[in-house]
Amino acid sequence: MLEAVLLGFLFSLFLVFAGSYFKGKLAVLASLVPISLFIYFCTYLPDIANGEIVYETHKWIPSFGVNLSFTLDGLALLFALMITGVGSLVFLYTSAYLKDHNYLDRFYGYLSLFMAAMLGLVLSDNLMSMFIFWELTSISSFYLIGFNNDKADSRKSALVALGITGIGGLLLLGGAVLLGDVAGTYRISEMVMLQDIITDSSQYLLIILLIFGAAFTKSAQFPFHFWLPGAMKAPTPVSTYLHSATMVKAGVYLLFRMSPVLSGGEMWHTILIVVGAVTMIYSAIHIIFRTDLKGILAYSTISALGILVFLIGIGTQAAFIAASVFIVVHALYKASLFLITGIIDHETGTRDVTQLSGLRKVLMPVAVAGFIAALISGGVPPSLGFVGKDLIYESTLHYADSTILLTLIAIVTKVLLFYAGFVAGVKPFMGKLPEKFSKLHLPSPLMWIPPLVMTLAGIVFGIFPGLIEVGIAKPIASTHVPDFEEFHLKLWHGFNTILGLSAITIALGTVLYFTLKPKHSLEKAIAKLDVIAPKDLFLKLSEGFSEFSRVWTNIFQTGYLRHYLSIIVGFLTLLLGYLIFSDFSLNIDVSTLADLTIYEISILIMLLLGVLYIVFTKSRLAAVAATGVVGLSFSLLFLFYSAPDLAMTQFSVDTLTVILFVLVLYKLPKYLKLSDSKLRIKHRILSISFGSLITLMILRVLNEPKNTEVTEFYAEKAYKLAHGKNIVNVILVDFRGIDTMIEISVLIVAALGVFGLLKLRLKTRDKK
Amino acid sequence: MRTIILKSASSYLLPVLLLFSVFILLRGHYLPGGGFVGGLVAAIAFVLDAFSNGLDKTKSVLKIHPGFLMPLGLLIAFFSGISPMVFTDMPLMTGLWAKNPIPVIGAVGTALFFDLGVYLVVIGASLTIIFTISESA
Repeated sequence: MLEAVLLGFLFSLFLVFAGSYFKGKLAVLASLVPISLFIYFCTYLPDIANGEIVYETHKWIPSFGVNLSFTLDGLALLFALMITGVGSLVFLYTSAYLKDHNYLDRFYGYLSLFMAAMLGLVLSDNLMSMFIFWELTSISSFYLIGFNNDKADSRKSALVALGITGIGGLLLLGGAVLLGDVAGTYRISEMVMLQDIITDSSQYLLIILLIFGAAFTKSAQFPFHFWLPGAMKAPTPVSTYLHSATMVKAGVYLLFRMSPVLSGGEMWHTILIVVGAVTMIYSAIHIIFRTDLKGILAYSTISALGILVFLIGIGTQAAFIAASVFIVVHALYKASLFLITGIIDHETGTRDVTQLSGLRKVLMPVAVAGFIAALISGGVPPSLGFVGKDLIYESTLHYADSTILLTLIAIVTKVLLFYAGFVAGVKPFMGKLPEKFSKLHLPSPLMWIPPLVMTLAGIVFGIFPGLIEVGIAKPIASTHVPDFEEFHLKLWHGFNTILGLSAITIALGTVLYFTLKPKHSLEKAIAKLDVIAPKDLFLKLSEGFSEFSRVWTNIFQTGYLRHYLSIIVGFLTLLLGYLIFSDFSLNIDVSTLADLTIYEISILIMLLLGVLYIVFTKSRLAAVAATGVVGLSFSLLFLFYSAPDLAMTQFSVDTLTVILFVLVLYKLPKYLKLSDSKLRIKHRILSISFGSLITLMILRVLNEPKNTEVTEFYAEKAYKLAHGKNIVNVILVDFRGIDTMIEISVLIVAALGVFGLLKLRLKTRDKK
Repeated sequence: MRTIILKSASSYLLPVLLLFSVFILLRGHYLPGGGFVGGLVAAIAFVLDAFSNGLDKTKSVLKIHPGFLMPLGLLIAFFSGISPMVFTDMPLMTGLWAKNPIPVIGAVGTALFFDLGVYLVVIGASLTIIFTISESA
């Protein structure tokens, strides 16, 4: 399985070098990657249908319990097939949709990066590796949403999406760490056995809140839903792939995967049902007010995600079966509708549903696909949508709590989704063909075959629901439900309540479709409420945050060196002052100290004179020379206290420092008094107090007992292990050689930085 | 600062100081010294030469831009670090030593090459910074 996950990463890496070959006619070959992966995962179907679970583990950071552990069970297989299956069709579609696009290779690179990350996410059995793949999907989707990077709103949407899903990623990390701490393992398959321990732990509530935060941001649940409609700025293949079929379902996947571990507490069910229900009805109502095809589809996607969260919250066997079937249903019809919208947009140049009509006359196969997609979406028999809808009603009807309310919410949502499906899939093709669209012709088959394939699959699965039952629904239910009962998916259940509800839904949906027309006036009316919409509240929050950081930065980043120095020194003074005066004891036994020699006295005098000269001189160069004197006096001091290495280095460094200072300061104008006397007094107070504190600190050090353990270790081992007698040098080149390695790298970076800063400026000046 | 005295002195000082810097580099393993100080001394030697004879002259003495010494040094240090992993099964940065010391140079081992790398990087980095600044000033 590792190879399957890596294939996408390797392919995108390959495109970095060979990208130019994948721009023209060869672009369609890129689809071989997802197609081969799809076939690969299909070969696992018989095993999984027999109830087997495939494990595979590769060591990564075993000391932290972080490994690349992969599990392929029913749930993972469902998602893997969806990712690679929809992926194959999207890859094919893209080769025609973005034909001759300048950056088509880049697009494929991001797309396969995303696919690989998504596969890694759904196959991971280790929460930590799942987190890494989770973040990778956020990052690759950032590039995909912002693919049209010359448009400002496209860039903004990409940033909003990254911000929201990035916060979710952090929450997931927090949840994973806490969960790993409580369970003592990061492996999800091991956590399942520890459900009681996790539920009873004091951290349980915090863990589920963190996991919910991650899932709700990724899967666009209320109130984090607003990034999804914005993300529709991306090219249509991206909306199809990421924002309907796969990435937004990552949150649903997380909840699905964790529900055997975390569903022990009452809070799990309550929160999921409430949030799911609010999301599904809130965004379903939003659909009425949209006229942009993609907007309609975006809100209906959010609503569908709400249904999934809601079903996982219910958490009965019926609900899990309903959720797994509905995941398939939704992927089939929503991806098709997005692809169809893409074709309409590509051919007519508009997505405004009020302007589109009669397109069946020019785009017949697309119209067929649209009609079938609408049937699946509306749950009309004999499509798989019908099976899915019945399962949803079954799970709400058999839930112990507030049955009627939940069923009612489900019905209202389904009616509105029926309406959405027909507006997006049928309305553009009905009625009279406007004059301006009469010259349209059918695009490349690569574009209209994928939606047709998916919708036909929806019909085939609807007539033979056993295919879904054996391959997907049963393996998932049997691993997720402790007391699993046999069941059979059927298109026809006989006359019962559910059939009645289904008929009511379809009837109401049809009435709604024929009475309510999408209007711009409605869209404008709802726009007035934007002020209190979560989106604006979040944007205001982020604006406030950046305003705060602007003010905060301006306080500290004044551009004056003296200001920076006073802030740093002032902060250190406060810190040291607190440290010293909170626990101050100083007793120096003068008698133990050695007498001052004449050399030391003369060096001290030199030092003092040098410092005084620096402070009072009016010449900059003289001050620099005097700092040299201070430095050299220090190296003499080192020499007397038997640190010849230090003395040599100090001597050379000081020489070079003075030269550098002279080079820089030489060209500056004459010494000027730029600060007033008040400021100078402030600086004096600051420097004197800082100096005295440092002195006190050093005197304190004398009180501490000497620890010579380290010195002895090196003295003993230096010659034995490293063939050297100079401990300092042996430490530098051998014991702590990697430190030195990094230090010289830093040195190079600094030199290159100086070189780049100054030389680049010189070049532009030369050009003038 | 182009005085006759400094000019004539520096033409002798440059080779002597460079030799001295190599001496410091080589003795580092047993006595005070090492690649870092050696590199600084060599850099100072070139800076002194640049002060007395002019930057262009020093650059022509150097033949290549000192910046090239940085990646060279880093590579030498890096390879001396990984050579125990490549040639034997010992972990990264294990010291490997030749059995018999070579006359004049003394004991030769990976640590010496590592130090040589540090030496070259220090010369390269400090000369790059100083030359760049003095050119733009």
